[in-house]
Amino acid sequence: MSYLDTLFFGVYPYLAGAVFLFGSLVRFDRDQFTWKAHSSQILNKKDMRLASNLFHVGIILLFFGHFFGMLTPLEILHAIGVSASAKQVLAVVAGTIFGVMCFIGLTMLVKRRLTDPRVRATSTRMDIFILLLLYVQLILGLLTVPVSLMHLDGHNMLNLMAWARNVVTFDPAEAVAAVSEIGFLFKLHMVLGMTVFLVFPFSRLVHIWSAPVTYPARPYQVVRQR
Amino acid sequence: MSHFLDRLNFFKKVTDTFSGDHGIVTQEDRGWEDAYRARWQHDKIVRSTHGVNCTGSCSWKIYVKNGLVTWETQQTDYPRTRDDLPNHEPRGCQRGASYSWYLYSANRVKYPMVRGRLLKLWREALAQKKDPVDAWASIVEDPAKAAEYKTMRGLGGFVRASWEEVNPIIAAANVYTAKQYGPDRIYGFSPIPAMSMVSYAAGSRYLSLIGGACGSFYDWYCDLPPASPMIWGEQTDVPESADWYNSTFLMMWGSNVPQTRTPDAHFMTEVRYKGAKIVVVCPDYSEASKFADVWLHPKQGTDAAVAMAMGHVILREFHLDGQSEYFNKYVRETTDFPYLVMLDPREDGNYVNGRFLRASDLADSAGQANNADWKTLAFDENSGNLIVPNGSIGFRWGEKDGMVGKWNLEAKESLAGAKTQLRLSVNEIKDAVAPVAFPYFGATQHPHFTCTQHDAIQVRHVPAKKIKLADGREALVATVYDLTLANYGLDRGLGGGNIAQSYDDDVPYTPAWQEKITGVPRAQIIAVARQFAENADKTHGKSMIIIGAAMNHWYHMDMNYRGVINMLMMCGCVGQSGGGWAHYVGQEKLRPQTGWTALAFALDWHRPPRHMNSTSFFYIHSSQWRYEKLAMSEILSPLADPKQWQGTQIDYNVRAARMGWLPTAPHFDANPLKLAKAAIEAGKTPAEYVVENLKSGKVDFAFADPDNPVNFPRNLFVWRSNLLGSSGKGHEYFLKYLLGTTHGVQGKDLGKDGGEKPMEVKWRDAAHGKLDLLVTLDFRMSTTCMYSDIVLPTATWYEKNDLNTSDMHPFIHPLSAAVDPAWESRTDWDIFKGIAKTFSEVCVGHLGVEKDIVALPTLHDTPTELAMPDVRDWKKGECDLIPGKTAPSLVVVERDYPNTYQKFTSVGPLLDTLGNGGKGIGWNTQDEVAALATLNHTVLEEGVAKGRPRIETDIDAAEMVMMLAPETNGHVAVKAWEALSKITGRDHTHLALPKEHEKIRFRDIQAQPRKIISSPTWSGLEDEKVSYNAGYTNVHELIPWRTVTGRQQFYQDHLWMLGFGEAMCAYRPPVDMKTIDPIIGKKPNGNPEIVLNFITPHQKWGIHSTYTDNLLMLTLSRGGPIIWISEADAKKAGIEDNDWIEAYNVNGAIAARAVVSQRVPEGMSMMYHAQEKIVNTPGSETTGTRGGIHNSVTRTVLKPTHMIGSYAQQSYGFNYYGTVGANRDEFIVVRKMDKVDWLDDETPSEASTVEAH
Repeated sequence: MSYLDTLFFGVYPYLAGAVFLFGSLVRFDRDQFTWKAHSSQILNKKDMRLASNLFHVGIILLFFGHFFGMLTPLEILHAIGVSASAKQVLAVVAGTIFGVMCFIGLTMLVKRRLTDPRVRATSTRMDIFILLLLYVQLILGLLTVPVSLMHLDGHNMLNLMAWARNVVTFDPAEAVAAVSEIGFLFKLHMVLGMTVFLVFPFSRLVHIWSAPVTYPARPYQVVRQR
Repeated sequence: MSHFLDRLNFFKKVTDTFSGDHGIVTQEDRGWEDAYRARWQHDKIVRSTHGVNCTGSCSWKIYVKNGLVTWETQQTDYPRTRDDLPNHEPRGCQRGASYSWYLYSANRVKYPMVRGRLLKLWREALAQKKDPVDAWASIVEDPAKAAEYKTMRGLGGFVRASWEEVNPIIAAANVYTAKQYGPDRIYGFSPIPAMSMVSYAAGSRYLSLIGGACGSFYDWYCDLPPASPMIWGEQTDVPESADWYNSTFLMMWGSNVPQTRTPDAHFMTEVRYKGAKIVVVCPDYSEASKFADVWLHPKQGTDAAVAMAMGHVILREFHLDGQSEYFNKYVRETTDFPYLVMLDPREDGNYVNGRFLRASDLADSAGQANNADWKTLAFDENSGNLIVPNGSIGFRWGEKDGMVGKWNLEAKESLAGAKTQLRLSVNEIKDAVAPVAFPYFGATQHPHFTCTQHDAIQVRHVPAKKIKLADGREALVATVYDLTLANYGLDRGLGGGNIAQSYDDDVPYTPAWQEKITGVPRAQIIAVARQFAENADKTHGKSMIIIGAAMNHWYHMDMNYRGVINMLMMCGCVGQSGGGWAHYVGQEKLRPQTGWTALAFALDWHRPPRHMNSTSFFYIHSSQWRYEKLAMSEILSPLADPKQWQGTQIDYNVRAARMGWLPTAPHFDANPLKLAKAAIEAGKTPAEYVVENLKSGKVDFAFADPDNPVNFPRNLFVWRSNLLGSSGKGHEYFLKYLLGTTHGVQGKDLGKDGGEKPMEVKWRDAAHGKLDLLVTLDFRMSTTCMYSDIVLPTATWYEKNDLNTSDMHPFIHPLSAAVDPAWESRTDWDIFKGIAKTFSEVCVGHLGVEKDIVALPTLHDTPTELAMPDVRDWKKGECDLIPGKTAPSLVVVERDYPNTYQKFTSVGPLLDTLGNGGKGIGWNTQDEVAALATLNHTVLEEGVAKGRPRIETDIDAAEMVMMLAPETNGHVAVKAWEALSKITGRDHTHLALPKEHEKIRFRDIQAQPRKIISSPTWSGLEDEKVSYNAGYTNVHELIPWRTVTGRQQFYQDHLWMLGFGEAMCAYRPPVDMKTIDPIIGKKPNGNPEIVLNFITPHQKWGIHSTYTDNLLMLTLSRGGPIIWISEADAKKAGIEDNDWIEAYNVNGAIAARAVVSQRVPEGMSMMYHAQEKIVNTPGSETTGTRGGIHNSVTRTVLKPTHMIGSYAQQSYGFNYYGTVGANRDEFIVVRKMDKVDWLDDETPSEASTVEAH
């Protein structure tokens, strides 16, 4: 088991991360015309606004939830007086709310992508694959909620945080050690999550890099110099 | 260097702000903008056009990027026009702009395709027989094997093949057919050479070399107006669109200019700003109607009544009561008005107008030694004498010495040359007032058209003069002018009945009379006619009538057209700049025609080629005659004796063919190669031998027994055409009989129904699947391709080099290969070259040097046009059988079959020895052939072609056309005018001398469209003074029209014209096709059924140009077949807009969506023609098979007057004169569909039906 743990939780994170970063870079530099969200809204607008917004709002908040939840140093949590179990409750509640939002949106999108003849006909295999990947990942994530509710002491969560922290601080041995007690469901969710990063540069997900976050704050006129 | 690194500029991104921080100046990377700059950067931009029958002939820029055609835009570099005339551009419409879609569309034919079952049979047979010809024979002569693939035509099952495999199949089929049945059993159908001349010529050159027959198209499309050859002896000649701008009174009569002449319409809209008045005559509220100052909307099919009433007003106000000096001079000098017509006494004491008085009728033939039967007479006002004026057709041929050069329109007496003034009316010098009987057809009952209550015979008084004939009899004669006034029902104070004093009298041809028939208020008729004439009087002829196929597609199209042309002639408009008859139907004007015919029909190697009029061909071979319900007695003149005029349409056609009037394909019920062989064995000339056997009855014409297998057309090539998806009138009959496959014919043939059977034709059980092989060349999988046995992928219009001209503008310009033919496709030139090569190899051992007998009808513009002054049928014993006189000429052509390829690819020697020419004149062309030899190089290989100029590529072929044609080679133009000058006795060379040294080459027209050089092939001029206008050289150069009198003819005096009551124009209501009663209510689906007239105009989203499978265009309309109906009719039938409806009659059925529109008048439906049945077409409830095309509900009907031959202007010419495929008299049953079945399954099932909404 430890070999697999080493592979998936000690090596795979760096592999996925490297592909994610370098892959994105290469694609951005070499294939600018493919750098797009590739929206299919033009083909069928029905329920698109609801489905897309539910999905996007849900998944963005889930992403930041995971990001801060995993990587916020324990010292800061202690300093502001948040206990592990409190944090876990917060994570479960917020994760459930946004997860369900995301689930509803994603379900609608999956159905649309697979059944709408126009959308289906213009979909690449990667479009369908990435959508289903996210869907499975989301479902796995939601399935972890009842498991988490069974042990609200935050122990499991601390292990996960330790793993994440060790990965980003380049201590793979410790990271592998941190996952030794983690249940299979969580592991599956983690591996799939890293896989999302792995395939990221080859999919339409690259549009995430180009999210126009500064757009609302830009001045009225932007003039580019020659 | 790197997009990513370039963006790492967060700290120096903003360099400045402005407008109080509302604006920023940034230093972001701008590389992405190059994408937009590169959008208009291309590998190359190439000039091409669309090889298509839309008349636009617009020059386009084709953009190539990364080796692919990206798109096209309009070229804007046409040569300038002159001062005070708008320029031509922009030319090009939405249809053309969407063409590039085809190149890479899913519908592109990418590989040679063969019917799978046929290929399987072929491979087996070839493995067994080794020899391809024997292999082919073993398939087609085995009924079970033949049926195996024939019955599957149109039902899919194509497999991909290679050129190396399909060429031998085609060649073997051709060789076997020629050897076994005769080369005249190989037929080729390709239309409109002007749209891509070389591509047409590729196939026709191959067919002409092997002895196949090329089918006509202009008559078959029913775009040929027979009225034009009748009146002018001219196929069709019309003004260019720029000449509209010279007009001051424009009528658009059944022509939807903005929709169907989109690139030309601007001249019409622009001239309105100059003050021209626009009158539109059109039953529906068409796009053209919106431009009208006055819109007249007569009931469809009654235009002749409108024209006759207008003619009545014009004659009354400008010829009779009021006099126009201009009109008087014009009609006297350029029309047959002054010419004398015999009045034949009838048993009832009245007279009837007969034929023209001829010099041969008078003592000593009035001094005319040559062609006295063909010289007409008139009274001279100066001398008072009865004279033979210059210019009648007799002067055109065979004159000698002092009589040469009298074929002109000079106002001279022909013998002494005295100046004359011909007498228009004999009223002032009359000897008698003759009661003359005129036929009246307006009382004929028709279930859907209003008739009037007037007598079928209208006796009217005509002033007449007595003359003494050669045999001593006295005869009465009247001028055409006097007869015309009586024909139009004008009271000129001679007493008698059936004439009108006032416009309000209810007498045929008054404005009041036409109200009942057409529904147009009389006041509008009077006002428009008056203004039309007044304008022409003041401007000397600048009243113009733009007219389209709409009116020409009726069975009695001649009456519609002659009514309109009569108005123009009465008002002196024809041949005047800004005036005249502007008939636009298709892209007929092949400007470098005489250069092209040599290439296209291999006249450089063999003469004559085999030509066939397709209307008769398809009528007969698709067995449409077996269903004929329109009896000829229905259209006979009430003045004719029915006993003398018996028979059905096919009977008349058979008679016309055997008298040498119309061509035949196949000729006889025997192989012409075998006939020639048998003749030689019998020690006779082939002609003698055939004459003997025809007389004895051992050999007969193939048309007399069309269901005999020896008379089947066996092989059919279709290229540049969608015969089965568009022009095939009687589509379902084609499928049933010619192809032998699934069809929708609903009626019963005469054998089962018991109608009037033909007299001249043998009735047998019907033959099915007559064609052994149907080969179609196309770049898209059209309906015709779907029914073919072999589909060959051609280059698109952006992948080949070719030539293009149009009636609408005076330029010649190219199609150019912007990219190479995609996938396995090849240019038409290369495809036929390849077939010719394989043919030359495959034929060895089967065909060598063979003698072939070509049965050639008498031809217009040749001396044989004077073959038969009086109708004589040798079969009835009325005369002897003399080839070229009373029967077709029988010409022996020696074919060197194994050298077909060598001949195909080189310019033959006959151009050196026999010269070149056309339209009755010829010239020497050795210099041009020598120039071609230096330009194209010569053949180096040993053989028949050694030393001859090469024609390897399509550009070589184009150079041959342009080198030989007067329109593109100034030297030739001068030679041609010189040749004409000899016959007319007038010097015409000044028309071309200024351009003598101009020679237009293919690379010249690739640089810019070039204006052609004026030539005697055409009757208009291209120069700095006038726009091209038809008849201009007749009026201004005094060149005769090629008619009996040499003038424009109001009067047609052939016996058959008299018999069918069309000596003069009359209103004839549409004929009753009887296609509704046997089927209406017989197959109910629960929805109400209504009966509507079926009109098939040109469409907005694909007027030939792009076809109705172009998704870009389909998106602009309903995405599939549609039929327009009126709101009132829709209500009656419970149909709402966009409902699925079915349109059917005994001929077949169509499934389409309904467009319910106020545009359409009640009682009429419109289905834009050539909507493919391969796109969005469900099954028909009536036939149980897939809904058809527009021609599924039509059937060809022939008119005997179009079969007339050997009679000057009424002589056969390829696409010039002959039977035409009328289709507008048709009615359909329309009802909402109950269930829409898409027939998507392998076998039809209930499951695939959905609600009909």
